[in-house]
Amino acid sequence: MKLHEGGISIWFFIGISLLVNGILILGAGIWELFYPPANPVALFQLHASVWWGGLLLIFGLIYCAKYSPGRGASFASVRREGPTQGRQP
Amino acid sequence: MTAALALSLPTTLVHLSAVDIAIIVFYFGLVLVIGLYLRRRANTGEDFFMAGREMTAWIAGLSFLSANLGSLELMGWAAAAYQYGILAAHWYWIGAIPAMLFLGIVMMPFYYISKTHSVPGYLKLRFGESSRALSAVSFAMMTVLMSGINMYSMALVLKVVLGWDIHFSIWVSSITVAIYVALGGLRSAIFNEVLQFILIWAGALLIPILGLVETGGWSNLRLQIARNASAEYTHLWSTLGHFKDNPMGIHWTGIVFGLGAIISMGYWTTDFLVVQRVLSAKDLRAAKMAPIIGAGFKMLVPFIVILPGLLGLALLPIKLTGETAAVATGGHSYNEVLPLMLARYCGPGLLGLGITALIAGFMSGMAGNVSAFTTVWTYDIYRALIKKNESDAHYVAMGRWSTIVGVVISIGTAYLVMDFKSIMDYVQALFSFFIAPLFGTVLLGMLWKRATAAGGFWGLFTGTLSSIGMWAWVKVDPSALRYVALSSDARDMAENMYRALWSCIICFLVTILVSLMTKPKNDAELNGLVYGVTAIPHEAVVPFYHRPAFWAVIVAAVFIVLNILFW
Repeated sequence: MKLHEGGISIWFFIGISLLVNGILILGAGIWELFYPPANPVALFQLHASVWWGGLLLIFGLIYCAKYSPGRGASFASVRREGPTQGRQP
Repeated sequence: MTAALALSLPTTLVHLSAVDIAIIVFYFGLVLVIGLYLRRRANTGEDFFMAGREMTAWIAGLSFLSANLGSLELMGWAAAAYQYGILAAHWYWIGAIPAMLFLGIVMMPFYYISKTHSVPGYLKLRFGESSRALSAVSFAMMTVLMSGINMYSMALVLKVVLGWDIHFSIWVSSITVAIYVALGGLRSAIFNEVLQFILIWAGALLIPILGLVETGGWSNLRLQIARNASAEYTHLWSTLGHFKDNPMGIHWTGIVFGLGAIISMGYWTTDFLVVQRVLSAKDLRAAKMAPIIGAGFKMLVPFIVILPGLLGLALLPIKLTGETAAVATGGHSYNEVLPLMLARYCGPGLLGLGITALIAGFMSGMAGNVSAFTTVWTYDIYRALIKKNESDAHYVAMGRWSTIVGVVISIGTAYLVMDFKSIMDYVQALFSFFIAPLFGTVLLGMLWKRATAAGGFWGLFTGTLSSIGMWAWVKVDPSALRYVALSSDARDMAENMYRALWSCIICFLVTILVSLMTKPKNDAELNGLVYGVTAIPHEAVVPFYHRPAFWAVIVAAVFIVLNILFW
């Protein structure tokens, strides 16, 4: 859904948030792969930061690409075809 | 949480790295950017107070749930799960789902068709000015009080978990909320709530996933809880036959009739904090779908709230205690179970996201309170009782100023709570005084056309008064608990349930009695307000899988299955 006609979609902002968080968490996870901490968290061997950060990054990229302001989908078309209607539970 | 929590630990639970700080700072920056961006879209009253009534079902539904998903909700119920076991999930299932479905299918058409701005606004249309004034003043007062108390509690949590200064936490978080709500109004609050909802899940979901991996699945988790605590902690219904048989000291009648039929119905269908989100929907079908979407997600919340509490019971090497004992021994209290589990699994980055989830929860709850207060103050108190015929721009300006004033009063309340620690308990009780009778009044107003203005007012008034009276009776004479909660074995939680039940019944009886003795309105006056004299517009012709009733049945079926699975 767009914030307003010709404006930026809320899903784009959410995409940005997931993307930035994903990059930071994935980066921290990769750093820990090479420099393991002295006091690791429980289940450190699963490297949750890497796959969780990666997952957030992928979702962030998808949402940023799909709802990018440059794509120009109108408010009305998002209403018809976007996640709000097309993906009703 | 009380101030005792702050004293319980000499050092902080976790230490943030530069990446964690960057994630938190980025979050604050993003919510402000959204508020600034939306300021251009909050010029009229309809825009500022009702978000232009153009929200889709998904946005309104996620916001409806997010406004309720405050940080105290997350941490408090995780603590309750550690203390009482899976019984805490009743507050998410029977204590929410039936009410949310009832709101969507039965009540929403009347709220929506009447085009009211608020729940007190509906009472004005149905019962007249006196009912609206009573409801609006009590709601406005309770909203800012609750907002302040939540703010103080969150600042305490940040102090204990991160070592942050209480004043810093209160002012930074509050000013951020004040800026984005004052600039963008309800639309800004709603869009930030959707962002916060996503962040809460992104930050909290890892704990149950990794916890189940560590325990080896649900069956092993149950075995470990049985070893560490008791097998009763993993049963939802089978221990509710007697007050003494379960950790919560409650009977199934309290859960079903007190919580399921009254408290949750009152909260989810008449508390304007949540109803306001649904009123912003773009059409009737979206307004009906929004609570159903919210109910679908609400059923999943125990996964990120109750399950971490249960995992703490099984996995933490230390025994958590009540706050008094934690202060005395220098140990950890129940309230710290979620941060402890966060610290157990989350390294740099993930920890920042988890803390952001807690802060996001706090801010979504506070923004919900503030935007609801602003609307009720401006439309139901200021415009109704103080200045009646001003321009739309005047009321929007009043809305912006009342947002700031509401936040300032909330901050004042937060500081007040520091000096009067027990006030939190009293205000929690005060808040419940108004919800149960209000539900009785609104329900009779919507479903019984014979209910009159005098009946509505006196029902609401006596229901509220009786609730306060029962609370005071037990305070003065604790043995009165056996009358109010039907057993001297009942505990605080059970007392709240039964007090709500009795006050609602009293509200019903008085409303009916007074209505039968006074002159009703004619059918034409009740059109759009009452079942039976209102033509509900047909929904657009859509496939069955787009119909609210279809999804309500699906959600109800899953709700029943969950209760049987965890019986």
